[in-house]
Amino acid sequence: MDYRFEKEYGCLVLRMPEELDHHQAEFVKEEADGLILKYPVRSLIFDFADTRFMDSSGIGVIIGRCKNVRFSGGYVKAVNLNGQIERIFRLSGLKKIIEVE
Amino acid sequence: MEGFRNEMKMEFLAISSNEGFARVAVGAFVSELDPTVDELADIKTAVSEAVTNCIIHGYEQKEGNIWIQCSILGKMVEISVTDTGKGIKDIALAREPLFTTKPELERSGMGFAFMEAFMDEVEVVSEPWKGTCVTMRKVIGESRMA
Repeated sequence: MDYRFEKEYGCLVLRMPEELDHHQAEFVKEEADGLILKYPVRSLIFDFADTRFMDSSGIGVIIGRCKNVRFSGGYVKAVNLNGQIERIFRLSGLKKIIEVE
Repeated sequence: MEGFRNEMKMEFLAISSNEGFARVAVGAFVSELDPTVDELADIKTAVSEAVTNCIIHGYEQKEGNIWIQCSILGKMVEISVTDTGKGIKDIALAREPLFTTKPELERSGMGFAFMEAFMDEVEVVSEPWKGTCVTMRKVIGESRMA
């Protein structure tokens, strides 16, 4: 998974995979948690620019990481959602939990 | 198109790398009905949820096989996803949004809710220690006529 950490803002941007299903979710969780431990993250951005598909497994990935970052007072946002992913966010109520841009 | 009929069956191992394969295969089969981008996304998401359930819940990530039977009748697509895993004790409870038996795996409990939201009909038949069969139906092209 590609990512970048903007030191100045404490901002970790995670580039989500092409397909965020149960199979990919396992890798993303592990890698994301490693990065959250490694860097002093004040805001976490999930970037869906490359993602064409997401199912309910993706919801667990996002909520789980939200908890980890918010525990230390951090802020979470999701960006660049396509129509299918936007619908998943809306139907699951994820849109009410985290900011979407 | 009214009397058009087609059918396919497939069997594959219950491993997570087959989730993508299963939804893409069903999507390709259904594409001859010329679904919209949204309809195709709906079907793929529903198949992905059903197959993921077989792997995580039916077989609890142990060895097993999954069967998908897909038929087209006129404009209706019917997809059955079957496993011979541990079955569902309480189907009504399992179908409730946000209900999950596996919170430790960060499961959201939205699998059946998504199948219901994205398909017209979802039927679940299950027997403990025999397995589960989820049958989903959707009419293609309805949204275009509305």
